Amino acid sequence: MNEVFIFATLNGLVTGLLLFMLASGLTLIFSMMGVLNFAHASFYMLGAYIAYTVSGYIGFWGGLLIAPLLVGALGAGVERYGLRRVHSYGHVAELIFTFGLAFLIEELVQFFWGRDTKNYQTPELLDFALFTLFGQEFSAYRGFMIAISLGIFAALYVVLTRSRVGIIIQASISHPHTVANLGHNVPFIFMCVFGAGTALAGVAGVIAGPVLTTFPGMAVVLGSIVYIIVVIGGLGSLPGAFIASLLVGLLQSYAIAADAGMPELLEWLGVSFERSHPLNDLWTLKLPQIAPVLPYLLLILVLIFKPTGLMGNREE
Amino acid sequence: MLHSFSRSLRPLLTASLLASAALTPVANAQDPVRLGFMDPLSGTFASVGTSGLNLLEFAVDYLYNSKGGILGGRMIEIVPLDNKQSPTETQLQFRRAVSEELRILFQGNSSAVANTLNQTITRHNRRNPGQEVLQINYAAVDPILTNEECSFWHFRFDAHAVMKLEVLTDFIAMNEDIKSVYIIGQDYSFGQVVADNTIRLLNEKRPDIEIVGNEFHPIGTVKDFTPYVTKIVSSGADAVITGNFGADMVSLARSIIDSGMDAPIYTFYAAYDGITATLGEDGKDRIRLIHTDSANPIASKTRRDFNHTYKDAHPNFDVTQSRLVNALMMVVTAMEKSQSTDPYDVAVALEDMRFTNIGGDELWMRPDDHQLIQPLYISKQTDEGIEFDADNSGYGLLTEYEVTADDTALEHSCRMRRPRR
Amino acid sequence: MKKHLLLWAAYALVLVLLPSLFSSVLGISILNQMTIWILFALSYNMMLGQGGMLSFGHAVYFGLGGFMSVHALNLIADEVLVFSITLIPLVGGVFGLLAALFIGSFSTRKAGTVFAMISLGIGELIVASSLIFVDFFGGEAGVSGDRTYGPAFFGIEFLQDSEVYYLGAFWLFVATLLMYLFTQTPAGRMANAVRDNPERAEFIGYSTRRVRFITFCAAGMFAGVAGGLFAINYEFITEENLNALTSGRVLLMAYIGGLGFFIGPIIGAVILTLMNSLLSNYSEMWMLYLGILFLLTVMFLPKGFAGFIMMHRAAWNNGKMGSLVLPYCLTALPAGLFLTAFIGMVELSHADELLHFLSMDLANDSAFSWFVLAMLAAIGAGGVKLARPRLAAAWEHANAAAQEAKS
Repeated sequence: MNEVFIFATLNGLVTGLLLFMLASGLTLIFSMMGVLNFAHASFYMLGAYIAYTVSGYIGFWGGLLIAPLLVGALGAGVERYGLRRVHSYGHVAELIFTFGLAFLIEELVQFFWGRDTKNYQTPELLDFALFTLFGQEFSAYRGFMIAISLGIFAALYVVLTRSRVGIIIQASISHPHTVANLGHNVPFIFMCVFGAGTALAGVAGVIAGPVLTTFPGMAVVLGSIVYIIVVIGGLGSLPGAFIASLLVGLLQSYAIAADAGMPELLEWLGVSFERSHPLNDLWTLKLPQIAPVLPYLLLILVLIFKPTGLMGNREE
Repeated sequence: MLHSFSRSLRPLLTASLLASAALTPVANAQDPVRLGFMDPLSGTFASVGTSGLNLLEFAVDYLYNSKGGILGGRMIEIVPLDNKQSPTETQLQFRRAVSEELRILFQGNSSAVANTLNQTITRHNRRNPGQEVLQINYAAVDPILTNEECSFWHFRFDAHAVMKLEVLTDFIAMNEDIKSVYIIGQDYSFGQVVADNTIRLLNEKRPDIEIVGNEFHPIGTVKDFTPYVTKIVSSGADAVITGNFGADMVSLARSIIDSGMDAPIYTFYAAYDGITATLGEDGKDRIRLIHTDSANPIASKTRRDFNHTYKDAHPNFDVTQSRLVNALMMVVTAMEKSQSTDPYDVAVALEDMRFTNIGGDELWMRPDDHQLIQPLYISKQTDEGIEFDADNSGYGLLTEYEVTADDTALEHSCRMRRPRR
Repeated sequence: MKKHLLLWAAYALVLVLLPSLFSSVLGISILNQMTIWILFALSYNMMLGQGGMLSFGHAVYFGLGGFMSVHALNLIADEVLVFSITLIPLVGGVFGLLAALFIGSFSTRKAGTVFAMISLGIGELIVASSLIFVDFFGGEAGVSGDRTYGPAFFGIEFLQDSEVYYLGAFWLFVATLLMYLFTQTPAGRMANAVRDNPERAEFIGYSTRRVRFITFCAAGMFAGVAGGLFAINYEFITEENLNALTSGRVLLMAYIGGLGFFIGPIIGAVILTLMNSLLSNYSEMWMLYLGILFLLTVMFLPKGFAGFIMMHRAAWNNGKMGSLVLPYCLTALPAGLFLTAFIGMVELSHADELLHFLSMDLANDSAFSWFVLAMLAAIGAGGVKLARPRLAAAWEHANAAAQEAKS
C-alpha cells in the first residue's frame, strides 16, 4: 500500500507539473488580455508534433529547443493577425475565435501529419531507471519532466517579479494606458506575452509527447482540464495556477490509486442493495472510474463557494 | 488516402442529391453493382476507416473489376459513407444510402455503431418491404449482434469477443508460468465483455490463476496511464489482458514498458496504424494479439501476391483487415450463386455458405445466427521471420498459435425472425 | 403588425412546402435535421444572444430532454403510458426545464467567465455520468425506442420520416413563435438589459440573477423540446448528444448565423447542417474547410451572416441595392476562383491517384499540376485585389446616400 501511495504521489507530481506548464502560459495570457485561450492545448499538441518532426533530423534535444520557438512564433502570429482583429468585437468573440482556432489546429495537424499515432521516443540519454522502489522503476525521463517544470516555474517567477520586463508586463496588465503613455508599445507586449505563453505550452508538448503518445487527439484528451485549473486557481494568478495544477494532478492520481468506492462505503455504513436495484450503477461506483471527473466537480464547488477561485481576486 | 473528388462528385452530378425525387434507376446489365462502405473517414478515428476503404477498393479492382467484373460483366463500385464513428451520423448516412439505392452496406468499426445500424436496418426493412438493406459487419465484435439482437439482415465476418476470448484464455491457460493476471480495459460495453468473460473462462480453465486486478478506465480521456500501471506493477501480475484500442492501447502499453515491468500483454487491437511502429523493439515478444488472420507466415501464394500487389499500390498501408476481403468475396459469391444483387437473395445465398479464402482458411457462415465460423490466430510482435511487417517498421505479427474453425464455434442464443417472401 | 403576420405566414408556408421540393429520403432527412438544429440553435441564442450567458454545456438540456423522450417512447410501447407520440416534444421540454431549474438555481448567479466555466464543468459531469449510469443512458450505444406505438394520430402512424417532418415543423413553428413572443415580454426585454448593463438593471430594482434564471430556464426548456424532436426522428439517443461537441456545434451555429438577430441561428443552423451532411460526402477535408470558414466568419463577420444581411439595410431603404450587385459579382468571381484553386490544392496534396478537378487530370507528383493551381489562385487573388476598391466605393456610395436621406 505504501508503495502505491508513494508512486501515486510521484505520478501526481509529474501530471500536475505538466499541467502547470500549460496553465502558467494560459494564466499569463489571461491576465493580460482577459481572455481564456481555448486553443492553448492545441499549441501543446503542435509542440509535440513539431518536435517529433524536428527530432527526426537533429535529435530530441534539438527538438526541445526549436519546437517551442516555432510554436511561440506561431502563437505570436495568431495574436498579431487574428486575435488583435477580433479583440475589438469583445470578449465573447475572442473566446469563440480561440475555440475555432483549436478546432482548426486539430484539423491542420491531421492534414500535415496524418491521423495515426506518431513514433516519438524519449531520448536515449534518459532511457534508464532513475531509481527502483519496491520493484518499480521510476524513469529518468519523468525525473527530467519534474525538473524542467520546476525550472520553468522558478524562472517565470523571477522574471515576473525581479526583472524590468516583468515589471512592464505586470504594469500593462493592471494599467495598460499608463504604460502606453510611458512610451511602451503595449500591443507589442501583448503579442510577446501571447507568444511566450504558447511557447510554454509548446515546451509541455515536447516533453509530454514521448510519454503520453503523440496523436491528433492529444489536445482533446488534455481537454478542458487546463482551463479548469486556471479557473480553480483564480484567473490571472500564477501561484493559484501552481497550487491548482498540483491539486488536480494529485487528486486524479490518488483517486486512480485508491481501490475504494461506493461498495466499501456502503459496507462501512452497513447498508446493502440488490444487484437489481435501479441505482445499481451508483452503488457499485469505484473511485478510479470517476477520477477524470473530479476536477470538474472541484471546479463547480469552488465557483459556487468562491467565484474568484482559490487565489484570485479579480471578478469578471 | 482520399476518396477523391472524381468519385465523390459523381453522385452529386448524376443524382443531384437533394432533389433526386422520383428517378428510380432500372437495373441495366451494364450498371455497376454499388456497395456502400460505412466507416469513419474523417475525424479522430479516420485512420482505421480509410485503411479499410483502401483495402476494399483495392480488392474490388484486383479480384473482380480488372478481370471483367461480376454477374456477366458488371463492375463493382464502392460508395464511401463517412459516419465519423458516431451513431447519430450513422443514422444520417444510412438515409443517404437508402436515397442512393445502396442496398448492401459494409460496416465495421465500433460496436455501438453496428448496434445502431442493426436496429435502424431492422426497423427500416420492416417498414419498407421491397427496399430492404443488408448489413455486412466485418469488424464489430459485440456478441449480442449474433445472439440476443441477431437479425436476418446482419452478417458478421469477424469472430465475436467471446469466441476470441475462448481462444485467448486457452492460450493463457497453457502457459504454466502465468499464475496471476491483471485485466484493464476501457469503461464501456466491449471492455466489460472482455473483463467478465476473461474472469469466467480463466476460472473454468485454470482456477489456480489469480485475477489480481480488474480495472476500468474512462475511454479516450486518460492522459497518463502511469497511475494505473503503478497498480498493475504492485499487484505482481504475470500477464496483462486488455481490450483497449487506438491511443488508449498505445499509451497503456508504453506506460507498462516504461515502468520496467516485463509481463506479456494480451490484446485485441495492438497492431498497425502506427501502434506497431511506436512500440517497436519494446513490444517485441511481449505484445500478443488474438485475430482472424495469419499475417506471417503467409500460407498461400494467392495471398502473397495479393499482399505484394497491395503494398506496391499503397506503400504506406498494410493488409490490416483481411476479413474485409473475405466478406467481399463471399458476398460476390452469393451474388453469382443467386444471380441477383437483391439483399434478400444475397442473404439467403450467404447462409450456410462454405468458402476457402485467399489465405487457404476454411470459412463457414453459420445460418442460425449469421456468425462466420473461421480459424483464429494468436500472434506476437517480433522482427524475426516477418515477411510482411506493419507500419514499415520491420516489426510485424508472427503466428504463434492457431485454432481451426470448428473449434472456435460457440453456442448461440439467436432466435432469428426470417422475413417471408 | 400586419407586416409581422405576413412574415409568420410566409415562415409557415415555407415549412409546409419544403418537403415537396426536396422529397428524396436524403432531402427529408436533411430537412428533419434542420428543424431540430434550428430549434436548438434558437434556444441557444435565447441564452447567449438575448441573456448574455455564454454556455459550453447547452447540449445537456437537449440531451436530457432527448433521453427522457426515448424512455417515454419505450413506456408508450410497453403501454405504461398512453398518449400520442406527437406530444413527446412536450416531455422533452418538461425535463429540459426541470434540469435547467436545478442547474440554473446555482449557476446563474454570475454571468461571464464564471457562468461559462460552470456550464463547461456541468457538461463534463453529465457526460461522464452518462457512461457510468448505463441503465439510464445506455452506455456508448445509447437507448433506442420505436415511435410507431401508442394511439395513432388521425390515422398517421409515423412510419416514414416525411410524416415526422410535419410533426417537427409544427413544433418548430410553435416554439419559434413562443420564443419570439418571449423577446417581446417585459421579462425578455429585461434579459437584454441585464446582458448589456447588469449594474444599472440591479440599481433600478431588478434582480439580475432572477432575470438570468428565467431566461436560462426558458432556453433549457426549448432545448429539451428539440431533444424530444430528435428522439422521435431517430428513435434513439446516445451520450454524444449531450457532450461538449454538440454544445460546441450549437454555439458555432448561433455565432455563424449571427447572435444579435432573432433569425441568425436559423441561418446558422441551415448552413451548418447542409455543410455537415453534404460536404462530408465529397471530401475528407470538410472539417478543415469548416474550421477555416468559422475563423473567417469570426474575424470578418462579427455579427454573422444575419449581421451581414442586415448591413444592407441602409442601402436597401434607399433603393441603392442595385448599384451593389455588379461590384459584388466582380469581387465574388475571382474570389470563387481563388477558393476553388485553394480547395484543389488541399485535395491534391492528399490525393494518391489522379485527381479530376475542373475537368483537368491533376497528379500529386506533377509540378505542372501544382503550377496550374497556383496560377489560378494567383489570378483569383489578383482579381479580388483589383475589384476591392470598386466594391468599397460602391458601398460607400450606397450608404452615404442613405445617410443623406436621413439628414
